[in-house]
Amino acid sequence: MLEIISNYWLTFLIGQYPNGPLGGLAMTMIVAVLSILMSFPIAIGIAMARLSAWGWLRMASAALSSFVRGIPLLMLIFWCYFVIPIMTGYAVSGFWTLVAALTIYEAAYLSEVIRAGMAAVPKGQTEAARSLGGGYFLTLRSVVLPQALFNVLPGITSQFISTIKETSLGYVIAVNELTFAANQVNNQLLTQPLQVFTILAAIYFLLCFLLSRGLSALEFSIRRKRGLI
Amino acid sequence: MTAPVIVRFDQVNKWYGQNHVLQDVSLEVAKGEVVVVCGPSGSGKSTLIRTINALEPIQKGSVTLNGTAVHGKGTDLNKLRQSVGFVFQQFNLFPHMSVLDNVTFAPIRIQKRPRAEAEALARELLARVGLAEKEGSFPGFLSGGQQQRVAIARALALRPPVILFDEPTSALDPEMVGEVLQVMKSLARDGMTMICVTHEMGFAREVGDRVIFMDQGRIVVDTTPELFFDAPDHPRVRRFLSDVRGEH
Repeated sequence: MLEIISNYWLTFLIGQYPNGPLGGLAMTMIVAVLSILMSFPIAIGIAMARLSAWGWLRMASAALSSFVRGIPLLMLIFWCYFVIPIMTGYAVSGFWTLVAALTIYEAAYLSEVIRAGMAAVPKGQTEAARSLGGGYFLTLRSVVLPQALFNVLPGITSQFISTIKETSLGYVIAVNELTFAANQVNNQLLTQPLQVFTILAAIYFLLCFLLSRGLSALEFSIRRKRGLI
Repeated sequence: MTAPVIVRFDQVNKWYGQNHVLQDVSLEVAKGEVVVVCGPSGSGKSTLIRTINALEPIQKGSVTLNGTAVHGKGTDLNKLRQSVGFVFQQFNLFPHMSVLDNVTFAPIRIQKRPRAEAEALARELLARVGLAEKEGSFPGFLSGGQQQRVAIARALALRPPVILFDEPTSALDPEMVGEVLQVMKSLARDGMTMICVTHEMGFAREVGDRVIFMDQGRIVVDTTPELFFDAPDHPRVRRFLSDVRGEH
């Protein structure tokens, strides 16, 4: 296994680059970070809509969120792969198809986590901000969201980790990411699939583990600073 | 008294479903007055003061603050609320902000004042409530009494002509009640217009100009502290006073 790592570490890390397209862990990170960054504001928007005073907006956002959470991600990826070119008239690369599918999928799950966090902020917090003359958006931005997002940080961490792992499904539409790179290595070696895919698993695990530990360390230090422990 | 009326209730009615929580309430509070509102639990005291800054809607009648119809259609509530401070039973400080940021929140974020000016005012107010050295602390590190004093400073930061207190000492341990009442008394002596829902009868007697007694959504008695405590002529008030005194 160490031999595989020493021979192919660069393929695992960046794919065929610079002799071919960028891939491997680097591409996995790019897809994951882009999807997370794009799904986050959408998720906040859906969560706001689900707690809105307008019934039609609550219903529409609940329907959207239930629909997306009710279909398999793989199906959503295929669906984006075939539908986005028809709808937009552009040939969209596998990369952007994957980012779009992950963004939609994660936004739906993340919105539920964020909605729970917003609903759990005590009503007195909103009343305090409103009684000082703060409007809806200022209250949301400065009082509700900072507390809500912080309180559901463990749930948000889980969704981030899911996103990282789900980038591996990009393999089915030939996105050059980490699983794709591992498969290329496996095709060259032919006889050691167990070792190659163990290395693949170890890389995903390390990445997710470090992210999870990093965010929980951040949470702990903020809690201590605010006197909440 | 010829001071101008600052808060006026005119035949205010409010229902929660079938529950008639404010019944034909009419009341005038003049500038500089300290009005103490008391009464048994569920009598509508908190609801009464929460209608003044429109935290609670009303169904009939009108509440006027500084000449503005609080529940009027075109009323800019965010602007109106800047002219009336509100202190909550549960303090409701923002736990993710330092004490200084809690007090400067409204001046900076809502009134768009320069940070330096807002911080100077906040420090002055924190010194006034005896918490100058706590400006960098987060609310989680403060006792209940300290949190409530910060909450008073936060309400004062908008320099409101009126300040409303909704049972400000009811959530406090007994040994912390005094420090909050002291701040409230000093405000009263400085001529602040105050409407206080409280069971602190000592406070009412010492600095109150008037005592309002409510029962079942109605104002039953509106009188001076002397008459209220020394010569209560209403049987409901006598029962209430003996209950309150029995507790202590």
